[in-house]
Amino acid sequence: MRFLFKTSYEADIRLAKHAGHVFWYGLLMAVLVAAPFTLGAYWLTQMSMVMIYAIAGLGLMLLSGYTGLMSVGHAAFLGVGAYTQALLVGAGVPFPLALLAAALVSGAVGVVVGLPALRVKGIYLAIATLAFGFIVEEILVRWESVTGGNGGLPVDTPSLFGMRLSGAVPLYWIVLVVTVLVTLLLLNLLRSGTGRAFIAIRDSEISAQSMGIGLARYKTMSFALSAAIVGIAGGLYAHQMRYLSPEQFGVLVSIDLLILIVIGGLGSLHGAFFGAIFLIATPQLISAYKAWLPAAIGQAPGILTFVYGAVLVAVILFEPEGIYGRWRKIRTYFELFPIYRKGMLRRERTFQKSERLK
Amino acid sequence: MLQVVLSGLALGCIYALIALGFTLVYKATETVNFAQGDFMMLGAMVTVVLTVWLDFPIWAAVILAVVGMTGFGALLERLAIRPVLGQPQFTVIMLTIGLGYILRGGVTMLPTIGTRTNVVAMPYQGQVWTFGSVAISVEQVMIVVMTLLLCGALFVLFRFTKLGIAMQATSQNQIAAYYMGIPVKRLNAIVWGLSIGMATIAGILLAPITFAHANMGFIALKAFPAAIIGGFGSLPGAVLGGLIIGLVEALAGFYLPEGYKDVAPYVVVLIVLVVRPTGILGERLGKKV
Repeated sequence: MRFLFKTSYEADIRLAKHAGHVFWYGLLMAVLVAAPFTLGAYWLTQMSMVMIYAIAGLGLMLLSGYTGLMSVGHAAFLGVGAYTQALLVGAGVPFPLALLAAALVSGAVGVVVGLPALRVKGIYLAIATLAFGFIVEEILVRWESVTGGNGGLPVDTPSLFGMRLSGAVPLYWIVLVVTVLVTLLLLNLLRSGTGRAFIAIRDSEISAQSMGIGLARYKTMSFALSAAIVGIAGGLYAHQMRYLSPEQFGVLVSIDLLILIVIGGLGSLHGAFFGAIFLIATPQLISAYKAWLPAAIGQAPGILTFVYGAVLVAVILFEPEGIYGRWRKIRTYFELFPIYRKGMLRRERTFQKSERLK
Repeated sequence: MLQVVLSGLALGCIYALIALGFTLVYKATETVNFAQGDFMMLGAMVTVVLTVWLDFPIWAAVILAVVGMTGFGALLERLAIRPVLGQPQFTVIMLTIGLGYILRGGVTMLPTIGTRTNVVAMPYQGQVWTFGSVAISVEQVMIVVMTLLLCGALFVLFRFTKLGIAMQATSQNQIAAYYMGIPVKRLNAIVWGLSIGMATIAGILLAPITFAHANMGFIALKAFPAAIIGGFGSLPGAVLGGLIIGLVEALAGFYLPEGYKDVAPYVVVLIVLVVRPTGILGERLGKKV
């Protein structure tokens, strides 16, 4: 059992709350840094993929998990980032600048979407973003002179200071550094005034407004930041895939991202990482074990869809806080060891609130 | 030209039927069913299973499918939706997305019929009526007629029956309805059953045109714009929105270059949302403090 005595405001907002945090996150970092020296290219690629999806998940988490706005079109930002990156790197722009530009372009598109989206909420916002996602996908298909249309667009290998960074190992390093930077950015954002404003808007728009938070300003900001972060993920995704085509950024990918944040745990940054691990590991596990299943089930083309759906429904019904929520319960159990009680972290009973009368 | 308008109207009626399904649910329970298209697919596939595997005559299969799916909808409400009522809208949307995924993935696990495109052998399949230069397929006429009949039935239900009036009361104010002795939970189950029964009818009507297969539910993604254009929560609005989307799509396919057809509904919905954020016939209510 650990007791935390906070004697100053700095202690309250410190990122590493106690020595345990320092130790475990330090160990995680050490393992991630050691990975390229011990693991093969296959595992490195998978880990890069997890981190890329985690960045995209972080972006959507900021919007949906922390600001309470739903988006069913986030794959579009992934696409905008990926194509910007591919085109700029293809034109000879150095890699970091291209990634920055991908974030900026994606963020700018986010502002454009965010502005009309401010007037609508709930299901209307979901459909507006869905519509936006479809339109962007169609633009990627039709604007053939730039995007290559359905034929696809090959992506150049990134280069830094004249060195060409090809292969799984350099890409892994790039992705790792960007992931750490984005995570730190979000951690700091969420403990700043802006982040608190986002959370206040999520919890109650009316109270946030009464506290002097400009809804329009902060919602647009959240949309732009979220889009920029997903754009960064898109830029990395372009290098990971080395070949882009519009169907990689369709509505199903947007829904994958939503599944990622819900299964990982809505409203926690850890959740984005857990969700990304789930999303990347599940197809691999299924293809590894489907020989054990009856042929009709194992060979069905929809088995992955079925598993995603079943896990999603199970998580929402039985563990609304997602994987991170389950982990928190297990941790609390051991921290309090003999005195943990079953209902301690149970969510409050809620009653249906009409969203029409807002 | 007339031909294009007619096929647009028929398509619009399908959108309208699907949109009616989730507008019904939204109005009564304020939950959004993202799996409506997949329920439509399931309805069509149940009909296929009944006719192909169990050799039912087509009329019996259709009736059985609609009745069975209505019961299934009510059961599903009890098992999956009711436990999360009161959670934010986002939760329910994700839950129905999950249910839709289960259905879409599960259907492909049916041996042979799950992975192929199936023909639902309607007696009127492939027949065409010709009036001068205009040819109308009977399938499209059936869609329009059935949509009109269903709209009429819904109108009667909401206007003249106790059940319908209780549903209206519930949708206006759930707690007040509860205090007035209306069994809100049972009503919710009935509404879900109705909505999924309507999805089944839409699926069976659509099957002769697009065939029945696991991914036919994606058409519902265009019914969302329909419901939004009409104003989510307004039943006449859903029909109007469906017709607008169907017409816009057919005309865009006729006059504009290839590719605009599929995005036209989404462009229209964005325009409508910018001009009138609550849709054409949407209710505009202010928060009373």
